[in-house]
Amino acid sequence: MTTVDPAMGAVADGAAPQGAAAAGVTDPVVSEDTVEQAAASPEQPQPHRELGLKDDEYQRIRDILGRRPTDAELAMYSVMWSEHCSYKSSKVHLKYFGETTTDEMRSAMLAGIGENAGVVDIGDGWAATFKVESHNHPSYVEPYSGAATGVGGIVRDILAMGARPVAVTDQLRFGPADAPDSQRVVPGIVAGVAGYGDCLGLPNIGGEVFFDGSFAGNPLVNAGCIGVLRADDMYTAHASGVGNKVILYGSATGLDGIGGVSVLASDTFGGDESSSAGRKKLPSVQVGDPFAEKVLIECTLEVFAADLVVGIQDLGGAGLSCATSELASAGTGGMHIDLDQVPRRADNMTAAEVLSSESQERMCAVVTPDKVQAFLDVCAKWEVPAAVIGEVTDTGRLVITHQGETVVDVPPRTVAHDGPVYQRPVQRPDQQDALQANTSASLPRPAHDELMPLLVRMAGSPNLCSRSWVTDQYDRYVRGNTVLAQPADAGVVRVADDSVRGVAMATDCNSRYTALDPYRGAQLALAEAYRNVAVSGAKPLAVTDCLNFGSPEDPAVMWQFQQAVRGLADGCRELGVPVTGGNVSFYNQTGSTAILPSPVIGVLGVVDDVRNRIPLGRNSSGDVVLLLGDTRDELDGSEWAAVEHRHLGGQPPVVDLAAERRLAELLQAVASDRLVSGAHDLSEGGLAQGLAELAVHCAEPDAGLRVSLPTTGPDGDLDAFTAMFSESSARALLTVPAQLVDQVLARCTAAGVPVQRLGEITADGALTIDGVGTVPVPQLRQVWSRTLPELFG
Amino acid sequence: MTARIGVITFPGTLDDVDAARAVRIAGAEPVPLWHADSELSGVDAVVIPGGFSYGDYLRAGAIAAQAPMMRAVVDAARGGMPVLGICNGFQVLCEAGLLPGALVRNAGLKFICRDQLLRVESTDTVWLSGYRAGQQIVIPMKNAEGRYVALPGDLERLEGEGLVALRYVGETVAGQGNWNGSMNDIAGIRSADGRVLGMMPHPEHAVEELTGPRAGGGVDGLAMFTAAVAALTTAVTA
Repeated sequence: MTTVDPAMGAVADGAAPQGAAAAGVTDPVVSEDTVEQAAASPEQPQPHRELGLKDDEYQRIRDILGRRPTDAELAMYSVMWSEHCSYKSSKVHLKYFGETTTDEMRSAMLAGIGENAGVVDIGDGWAATFKVESHNHPSYVEPYSGAATGVGGIVRDILAMGARPVAVTDQLRFGPADAPDSQRVVPGIVAGVAGYGDCLGLPNIGGEVFFDGSFAGNPLVNAGCIGVLRADDMYTAHASGVGNKVILYGSATGLDGIGGVSVLASDTFGGDESSSAGRKKLPSVQVGDPFAEKVLIECTLEVFAADLVVGIQDLGGAGLSCATSELASAGTGGMHIDLDQVPRRADNMTAAEVLSSESQERMCAVVTPDKVQAFLDVCAKWEVPAAVIGEVTDTGRLVITHQGETVVDVPPRTVAHDGPVYQRPVQRPDQQDALQANTSASLPRPAHDELMPLLVRMAGSPNLCSRSWVTDQYDRYVRGNTVLAQPADAGVVRVADDSVRGVAMATDCNSRYTALDPYRGAQLALAEAYRNVAVSGAKPLAVTDCLNFGSPEDPAVMWQFQQAVRGLADGCRELGVPVTGGNVSFYNQTGSTAILPSPVIGVLGVVDDVRNRIPLGRNSSGDVVLLLGDTRDELDGSEWAAVEHRHLGGQPPVVDLAAERRLAELLQAVASDRLVSGAHDLSEGGLAQGLAELAVHCAEPDAGLRVSLPTTGPDGDLDAFTAMFSESSARALLTVPAQLVDQVLARCTAAGVPVQRLGEITADGALTIDGVGTVPVPQLRQVWSRTLPELFG
Repeated sequence: MTARIGVITFPGTLDDVDAARAVRIAGAEPVPLWHADSELSGVDAVVIPGGFSYGDYLRAGAIAAQAPMMRAVVDAARGGMPVLGICNGFQVLCEAGLLPGALVRNAGLKFICRDQLLRVESTDTVWLSGYRAGQQIVIPMKNAEGRYVALPGDLERLEGEGLVALRYVGETVAGQGNWNGSMNDIAGIRSADGRVLGMMPHPEHAVEELTGPRAGGGVDGLAMFTAAVAALTTAVTA
């Protein structure tokens, strides 16, 4: 989970002071602010503003409790009512997803928005769960650990649904590739994703890497995970059954990521590092331990399999504050927690610190008393620390004690669900008209004889070049069920050894399109992810989103957000795929300038028989190359405009979701009948880039391509430049064995998908575009491959 | 009679499901072996799979080499039981003293996952008898600490006695070579009696066309398991 709320100030503390424990320092009684004291001292000033609470929010807490909150309660409310946990700025807009989801769209959904992750029925008794979350701010502060713990957090969300995590993905947006700070940020973040995911043993099957100046001081690190479960075996986060025990298991709790709560620390112990006052000066992001997460996964799956669990919740952002209040809210009664039972790795922790700690690799389970021993035995087998820390009560209240004193006594829903809701001002910015009026029409276009060199140059540009430098650091093989991974348009994993069913996932977002028109930009992201799933031969089923935006206090940003949510929701309704969950990350800005709005959209699909997936580069010479879809003159916001002219303005490509749907249905049909040898989505860089990628991915060593460009589109004649670099949507390339071409062409006509025969795969080792030029494939591959290694080593 | 091949799971082992699948596809019965046990359950051979046993803490493979199950494996291997160590399993074999040398941090200091071209150098081991000497095969490699190093004397002996079993070889379509900087391009070595093989690349990831590497047809690793199963089955039957 995302852990840093800018309103809370800097990320705080990670290094557990192991030295103190090793030296045998005993745990003195920490002076605690108890409920009793709080009731007796209503006038005592409290640092609510430093904790990110507005005066009226603080007053609401006092009204709810009928007294001032204790330090521990203040810590809980402040973090649970933060933007990250409460969605207070986005809630009013996110409601639109519910309003636009039809019963038909809900029919395959087993769990939706509000759960740890959405769950969809994928047939044969199987279900899949998936989600993408942000870990942006920590990854800028400490790239390796920020990215690593981002992976760890999303994997626990998936695990908490009762699923075995089966694959991860990563969506990365960086500042300019050649900026000095990218030397720190890019390798660090990629190594963090790799270090955690590789050691955890989950294949990385896809993602995105995008460079743009707006991310220079605020990279985006989004991490996705897919889980697979039997549909009957789903778990949710709830604490039911009076007398049931609450078990905290996983790593010990330390001072990691405590953030702003350190302002509550007493000065009683002086300023040395082992005391609260000293350690708040230790800035750091939480540190992940993927080995601990691996054993936590196996241990958790074993307690699920033995039916030892009533409800379960992962510990991420807001730690125990979040887990206990959410479990209790979703349950039937109340809950009592004894913090003295929480295994610790730091001395002298206050109740507020224990509750706010974001130590990684922890889970919280609700277990019936007769199964507690069996649960602890499984934990012991995997050498996972575990402790009974409380039980479900019938009081309706969440009561937390520490050192024998009551430090929290609250109605749990007021913490977890009844946070403030803001109607932030929404204002379309004045400059939006000027931005849209500044089209690419004024940009000089290349002469005809410059087109082939341009294709090669573009293929080597940072946003279009090979991602191998990144993806070669990720294990895509582990667990042995990866059917498609990089550089395929979508990742596909088989759900189990004894099944041929598979799940596919793709994520996309073109931040430039979204800047030009957030409503259409979000739909284009949805359309591209949907198309990428279809290009693997899968049927798109469900959607998740990770909405990365600037400050919600800026009305222009809120307008972008509102438009993007509406565009996405309306698009999902038109495509008939529900949004099953998501994540919002605000306050992403470089200096005072917001990032390009980046709603990352993930689409999950199902492949009934993975043996029929559309493979990557299994084509052979003589196969025919077909272009599906219409090409228009659409170069505003394009990669060409950015690379060649550093230009951003105009209108993004037209969205035609009906055409996307027809294209996807056609791709599923030709896949299941095994009529094609390959398929590739067209997006950034247009047909030129699509042909370049097709050429470098051909299976045979001497393969080449010989094609003619389309000369007309629905808007009239196309010149060669437009045909090559326009980024019209709803398009894909197909390669088809020659003897099957007539059949495929007939299918296209029947499906109402425009199709043009461009040429064929050759054995001459060159990419040749008739009337434009030719380039040897080895030379193209070299330019395409070397960019990131040259930049990052 | 079906051969029974044990697959060890340590905390942090990742490719145990893959190794068990490869054993099954090759026609043998995979037998799960737990690190804390010391009973080999009558298996005919053992695979020590890849992963990050004990989180690679201390040194990769160092803690696993001391596990009760490994002590049983070391004894059995000295008695002639076939043992295959893959990736972390190779590191464990070196740490346990069954094979010479060590695996250290890759030359580029990064985790590398690639479809790797290998040359089979020695077929005088139960694990490689299904290949021709000099045959080139495509097997995925994925490691952060895969650079093979050995003392000059050990290296000389390995080369002199033909104990280098597999070597990284250079350029293919995707341009692979010795990416982790291993001495003498060594990807795998065997014991003098041919019963123990340690290798960094992952043959268990190349046993199905559907999930194996794109190059080479995806199933170049299968012969490693089928040959061992055939040899064991013959031995068991005899």
